Amino acid sequence: MQEIRNYTMNFGPQHPAAHGVLRLIMEMDGETIVRADPHIGLLHRGTEKLAESKPFNQSIGYMDRLDYVSMMCNEHAYVRAIETLLGIEAPERAQYIRTMFDEITRILNHLMWVGSNALDLGAMAVFLYAFREREELMDCYEAVSGARMHATYYRPGGVYRDLPAQMPQYRESPWHKGNDLKRINSWREGSMLDYLEAFTNDFPSKVDEYEELLTGNRIWKQRTVGIGVISPELAQQWGMTGAMLRGSGVEWDLRKKQPYAKYADVDFDIPVGVNGDCYDRYLVRVEEMRQSNRIIQQCVKWLKANPGPVMVKNFKVAPPTRFEMKEDMEAMIHHFKLFTEGYCVPAGETYCAVEAPKGEFGCYLVSDGANKPFRVHLRAPGFAHLSSMDTIVRGHMLADVVAMIGTYDLVFGEVDR
Amino acid sequence: MSDPHSNALADRLAARFGETLTISTVRNETTAELSAADLIAVATALRDESAFQFSELVDLCGIDYLGYSQVEWDTDSVSSTGFSRGVEGQAMGRFDWASRPLNEDKPRRFASVVHLLSIVHNCRLRLRVFCDDDTLPVVPSLTLIWPGVNWFEREAFDLYGIIFDGHPDLRRILTDYGFVGHPFRKDFPLIGNVEVRYDPEQKRVIYEPVSIEPRVLVPRTIRNDADLMQAEAEAADDWQRN
Repeated sequence: MQEIRNYTMNFGPQHPAAHGVLRLIMEMDGETIVRADPHIGLLHRGTEKLAESKPFNQSIGYMDRLDYVSMMCNEHAYVRAIETLLGIEAPERAQYIRTMFDEITRILNHLMWVGSNALDLGAMAVFLYAFREREELMDCYEAVSGARMHATYYRPGGVYRDLPAQMPQYRESPWHKGNDLKRINSWREGSMLDYLEAFTNDFPSKVDEYEELLTGNRIWKQRTVGIGVISPELAQQWGMTGAMLRGSGVEWDLRKKQPYAKYADVDFDIPVGVNGDCYDRYLVRVEEMRQSNRIIQQCVKWLKANPGPVMVKNFKVAPPTRFEMKEDMEAMIHHFKLFTEGYCVPAGETYCAVEAPKGEFGCYLVSDGANKPFRVHLRAPGFAHLSSMDTIVRGHMLADVVAMIGTYDLVFGEVDR
Repeated sequence: MSDPHSNALADRLAARFGETLTISTVRNETTAELSAADLIAVATALRDESAFQFSELVDLCGIDYLGYSQVEWDTDSVSSTGFSRGVEGQAMGRFDWASRPLNEDKPRRFASVVHLLSIVHNCRLRLRVFCDDDTLPVVPSLTLIWPGVNWFEREAFDLYGIIFDGHPDLRRILTDYGFVGHPFRKDFPLIGNVEVRYDPEQKRVIYEPVSIEPRVLVPRTIRNDADLMQAEAEAADDWQRN
């Protein structure tokens, strides 16, 4: 009989299930994976090197473009690292705003994830439902920063500006008119916080809808239950964090264990999985959306009751207001210095991590006292997760690789940096 | 990080490893510097011993200390023509590959920095290992202790040229297939070395030397007045009403 030999297959980098630009070289035995070798770097832009070449503040926008579905969480890690070295702390209201937007970002990310993962595994409808709510939350991004995705909203010392008192409304157009227009504007009568309150009251029922479509779905369970099982030991060996680690039953969440911003003051639970398979990680992420919703509700309540400054009053770091600049020479000089030279950060090094939706997003910042960072290293959760691909998919079927790529929640902006 | 174990951690490390580690704790972040020869033994102990249990290696990255605390814009002294214009200096944005600065015999440019996390004790630790030789920087690989370090070491090799001795698969990871050089080194120009374009005559993508000019918009400068002591004093003074 003729000897049957393994063959090599190329997957990506242009493949709808590759979540961007993943290229996988797989050695197959029939339809079983013998070895998988991910090739990454097709989206490498050298963000860290670019950050070394410009003043600190000018790199905040690059952080949005790393993990481009959890923008503000990336900013948060970078901004916190700068604040740590400067020894400043954002005002309480800014901390609450950051907490709230981190959670909005988490919901945005998980919606994207649940939609695209379901799409990969053959469920089209979830994607459409998930993008409906994503749109509503992106309006918050836009209302607060002017940009739907790449906000550059967090700044060292606080946030760029306070929440808008009036949520922008839709105008009449061929696409939005009559009762439809009235309906979509009904949440937008008041401030952004009113809008978010209406959203958070409504959102749990929307999560129920996604669960209705997936949680008990026979096909979904066949594709995810028992697939890509990761033991707690394996997860730790491979440096996994976030839902990948919690899905394996390790109760580890930086928001609880090493709280930053205002996470110590808000009430929420950490969901953990039992079996460590793709289905458990799905359940963990869905529950995280509900918990994020809870946190947003608490932040909205606090923010409504407590007006105040959202930026430190320290003109060496944060610019003075336009009004002050026009009145006062010194404010003018501060503004000029900040926007031409930037601020110098005292020499030292720090590692600041946040619980980004995908896992631990860390920023290792080394400063030699200059107005530009000496070294910025961004620890992307997806990079660590993807490196375990070969170990985990060996022995699985080809179709399970797609389920695994989905469950890693990969975004190549952060993997390749 | 803000947990009570951090300082205790420094004490435990000092008690266990003694002279092997140079320990410093700043802002509750503990850093231990050690020589490459001790790395494997120390790392194994840190992972396995119950006092440490650093079960996760969160991050590993390379650093090139060439040009640390060098400035392009001297703000200390003034000449008859005023302050320096900030157009000199050797920062990576200022040169192309042909005119890159040569090594100035800076001892020990390269270091590998590891961030460890103990889930049991809820604490972090930073290890820094300097490479003894700048022309051939070598550090032992940690892949047998934490397999997840595999790609991080490949990245540090790719970007800095640090060689991880014992790594099973030390290939480039982030840069292009066939890339030449280690792009994150401080003597690698910011504009890069080559650029690609599609050549309609040869009907393929070709590499050419970069055509853009290096330039720096904001010179690098170090000011000690920004240690914010002064800023705080000014804020307290309320300069607006002065």
